[in-house]
Amino acid sequence: MTRSLLRSAIGLASVSAALTIIMFRLRSPVAAVFELSVCSGFISVLFVTAISLTNPLTRSEIMERMKDRLNRFWYLPLIVAAAGLALSLMNVEIFLRLPPAEAERDVRNVLWNMRQLDLLGHIILLILGSFGVAVLFKKQRDK
Amino acid sequence: MIFDRIFFSRSKLRNVIYWTSLVFFLAQMVMVIFPVERFMFCRVDNLSRVSLLSIGLVAFVTVLSSRQIMKDDSKRRIFISLVLIAVIGMNAVSTTRDLFSLYVFMEIASIASFVLIALNKERDAFEGAFKYVLFSAIATVFMLSAIGLILLISGGTSFNSIRDGLRISSHNFLIYFALGVFLSGLFIKGGVAPFHGWVMDAYTAAPASVSIFLAGIATKATGVYTLVRFADSVFLLTAPIKSVLLFVSAVSIIMAAIAAFMQDDMKRMLSYSSVSQVGYIIMGLGCGTPLGITGAMFHFFNHAVFKSLLFINSASLESRAGTRNMSVLSGMGKKMPVTALTSLIAGFSTAGVPPMAGFWSKLIIITALWLSGYRVYAFIAALASILTLGYILKMQRRVFWSRPADKDIQVKGAGFNLVFAETLLAAIIVSVGIFLPFWLRVR
Repeated sequence: MTRSLLRSAIGLASVSAALTIIMFRLRSPVAAVFELSVCSGFISVLFVTAISLTNPLTRSEIMERMKDRLNRFWYLPLIVAAAGLALSLMNVEIFLRLPPAEAERDVRNVLWNMRQLDLLGHIILLILGSFGVAVLFKKQRDK
Repeated sequence: MIFDRIFFSRSKLRNVIYWTSLVFFLAQMVMVIFPVERFMFCRVDNLSRVSLLSIGLVAFVTVLSSRQIMKDDSKRRIFISLVLIAVIGMNAVSTTRDLFSLYVFMEIASIASFVLIALNKERDAFEGAFKYVLFSAIATVFMLSAIGLILLISGGTSFNSIRDGLRISSHNFLIYFALGVFLSGLFIKGGVAPFHGWVMDAYTAAPASVSIFLAGIATKATGVYTLVRFADSVFLLTAPIKSVLLFVSAVSIIMAAIAAFMQDDMKRMLSYSSVSQVGYIIMGLGCGTPLGITGAMFHFFNHAVFKSLLFINSASLESRAGTRNMSVLSGMGKKMPVTALTSLIAGFSTAGVPPMAGFWSKLIIITALWLSGYRVYAFIAALASILTLGYILKMQRRVFWSRPADKDIQVKGAGFNLVFAETLLAAIIVSVGIFLPFWLRVR
């Protein structure tokens, strides 16, 4: 519900962190680690960097665009709801022969032993994101 | 003050960063040339070696020439730091054997690249960076979706487990869908037509040193190398995948070569040329034969060398004459003879004129296409080389060898670092071109 892009990005990262906990609880540690690293880590860095490149709108401009969007796309939530209802009524079954789940159940082992390189990558990514945003914001301050 | 006395003053620190990065890139090249089994804790094979060598070489000449191109010391320090981070990302992409790790390090190189593009504080630079962010985000969505599907089908993300999983899986539609989505993401990252919308703006709007790095290696090591690695280690090049690769590459080669003809801005013309040359690499890969893949990787290295050289030439002209507009530049051959000569060498290598290095890689690709029965594509590749020669000669005539329009313009030759970088790259093109048959013992 927030009108700030930056808060939206932080909100998304928080929801991803919550989803990670749910995945851990559902005994899917590899997927949980991927979710944590991609959505809470990388995507947040990408969003914040992209937001730092944009020119923020004024409050009245935001309100105007929200109303315009509401007028143009009011039917989208109805389509999604109708599609969901139709799919549940059709009782679609998807037959996938999937390989057995990873034997590893320990989150600590997944994070620290199996995905060591990714962890290093994410540390570099966070440093790079902070560095990049600092460089770009410093430019705005200079101006 | 005490810190300065004990460690370094700010200006000394800038020098330390500059020289350390040069030594690091030189060490990378030396380590790769010697047959080492591992590089930075990762196993390397011949594909990785070519990529690591190209990365080291382009990063070396980029940092070397930046001293003359970027006058602002603090900006140059930021630039070198970002190049170092991007090189870490690209090195890891070249050596990793895990799809998810590959994705993480590819994004490190991408984020470093778009901060580099926006480094110049100008409106065009921000626009170029923003376009790159947008296209990169679309590529990211494609690749993540594909990784999710591949994880679902194969149960793991290491190349070996994916290859085994895909081989025994019965979900052919899902496999092809995931591979198609992943290929689209890589095409966007590599700037292959028709996914090349961001390339021209990013390369043209970026600072001159950044353009050398981006066009020379950054987008190729992430998008194009990954495609070659994926085709070599993960999926078999089946007939439908080969058809897609060959068709996309042919479109890329011809469309970008025609567009390059119409440009007045030298950097924009070189950007289109880069899209066209990437098409050759994909075409070699699309053959699916060992000879084709060899040609693709050889052209990958050659492209890194001649495109970096052409962008250094463009940076030299811009820094000395103050413009990149080819309709304004004229008669620069007499004023900047080294830049003119090296530009001619790089241009001939781009067009595949013997005895330059680019001739051999194009010959290998065209031979591989002919031998594997793709004679129409071999004909397209040969024809497009003539188109390439056309726009290269047009650029040469307009910029270097025409009569000077304004005799009062005083232009000095490029500085030592730029001349050294130009001479080094030109020497590599000529020596590889002349001595390759002897190294390979071709009779």
